[in-house]
Amino acid sequence: MRVVEPLVELGRGLWTTLKYFFEKKVTTQYPEQKKPVMPRFRGRHALKRYENGLEKCIGCALCAAACPADAIFVESSENTDEERYSPGERYASTYEINMLRCIFCGFCEDACPTEAIVLEDNYELSFTDRRAAIYTKDILIDRVPEGGKPTPQKTEPGLYTRSVPEMKDPQD
Amino acid sequence: MTVAHIIEWLIKGFIWALVLLGGFAYLTLYERKVLAWMQSRIGPNRAGPWGILQPIADAIKFVFKEELTPANADKLIFLLAPVITVVPAVVITAVVPFGPSFTIFGYPINLYIADINVGVLYIMSIASIAVYGVVLSGWSSNNKYAMMGGLRSTAQMISYEIALSLSFIAAILLAGSMRMLDIVNAQAGTWFGFIPKWFFFLQPVGTVIFLIATLAEVNRAPFDMPEAEQELTAGYHTEYSGMKFALLFMAEYTKMIAISAIGATLFFGGYGGPGVDRFPWLGPLYMLIKILILLFGMIWVRATFPRIRYDRLMAFGWKVLLPLALALVFITAAGLLLSQQFNHSFIIIIPVASLLVGIFAVAMVDRALRRKDYARR
Repeated sequence: MRVVEPLVELGRGLWTTLKYFFEKKVTTQYPEQKKPVMPRFRGRHALKRYENGLEKCIGCALCAAACPADAIFVESSENTDEERYSPGERYASTYEINMLRCIFCGFCEDACPTEAIVLEDNYELSFTDRRAAIYTKDILIDRVPEGGKPTPQKTEPGLYTRSVPEMKDPQD
Repeated sequence: MTVAHIIEWLIKGFIWALVLLGGFAYLTLYERKVLAWMQSRIGPNRAGPWGILQPIADAIKFVFKEELTPANADKLIFLLAPVITVVPAVVITAVVPFGPSFTIFGYPINLYIADINVGVLYIMSIASIAVYGVVLSGWSSNNKYAMMGGLRSTAQMISYEIALSLSFIAAILLAGSMRMLDIVNAQAGTWFGFIPKWFFFLQPVGTVIFLIATLAEVNRAPFDMPEAEQELTAGYHTEYSGMKFALLFMAEYTKMIAISAIGATLFFGGYGGPGVDRFPWLGPLYMLIKILILLFGMIWVRATFPRIRYDRLMAFGWKVLLPLALALVFITAAGLLLSQQFNHSFIIIIPVASLLVGIFAVAMVDRALRRKDYARR
């Protein structure tokens, strides 16, 4: 006759829950505390700038071509030395991403010849209006870095002659 | 009976109803917090500090929700069923004493609403009425799941009520009275100076049967068959929404409080405790602590054990708890007779023999569960 074992089994179940009652809680108080995301997390896009403040995006629309969800719309215009936005021949005068369509695959990142578009760590992308889902260039573009000048910049003629600026080998 | 008496009753009844309803609201918070802690979570903490305003937020939500009545539902019964459920849950605690009598400005105040000499019988009869609300709400909803939930609930509550009443009988025999005050007074004092004279120590197995049967009686996990989500969506209150659902919900949690209060009174010494004679206000405090501990036990069991299959639930009620409770009634009666006839120390027979019988029952259940063909049935 097993007498003790069945009671011990019941008691072990109760002990487990009681033990967790006194253990440290795992909840993250989300809006106040945020957990850092993983290094290769794909969140909201950001349009990057060079250190001098010029935009990396040259308006080639390869990201729009690569986008499987057709979420990106790029309209490009010519740069001049009087009004220069990017070191290339052209720049993106309109850059819109429809966040309702975006599937965060990161193909735009891969397609970009200048590493201008990067999927960053921002995942708080709620909106209450369909129109608010379209993120424009103003929202997406990074702030001007320290020591850089805002675009459009006035540059010396002959400094930027390449249609696609020179690139270092990509990291990471 | 004077006008002062009637006013006293009205005030006490009003306060007690408010205490029960407020207690229901905060019991939901208590349960959510304890469950959360047992699951390594924090639980509600947004509405007010530590979530203490959460019940108010829930109440506001319930009040403003749309009331749906299903097509072809029996409208009158559909409306009445929550009321029939909630009223017994509130009035059942009328006979439970919450503290000793004391005097304010020369006027004696008794901390109970009714003092009837068949208090335990009253509790049993009111507890049976609660079944009507459940089965009627299930039946009037015009919904298969609600119907099944209601039927299951009725069968379960009636089955476990027998074991419950038999465990009551143990307490009645030990106290020699059905009056709740006598039962509390019989548990006053200590043995050897440190063991309180609670019926729990005289009849531990009876207390365990009471606790198990109450879980089934108030449809709590692991006996929450009427609301088994995976099988019956939400059981008898599938079709209820808004304030009607809130009433059914209220009945469920008020019953939990009521049954904990009754358990504390019958087996854990009621409002008794050290120093109650001198400071009457300690009585309600002790009662509150005992109720909170019993409620914690109910929530703890819910957090721990999975739901039992329905046929096994009925088999357990009829084939294990009922014979065991009958044996305990016999043991209690025999022990009391022996101690009265020969020597008062023969009272030790009651706990020893009932523990032996309880151990035997555990062994038999274990043997039955381990039989090879059991899983197939």
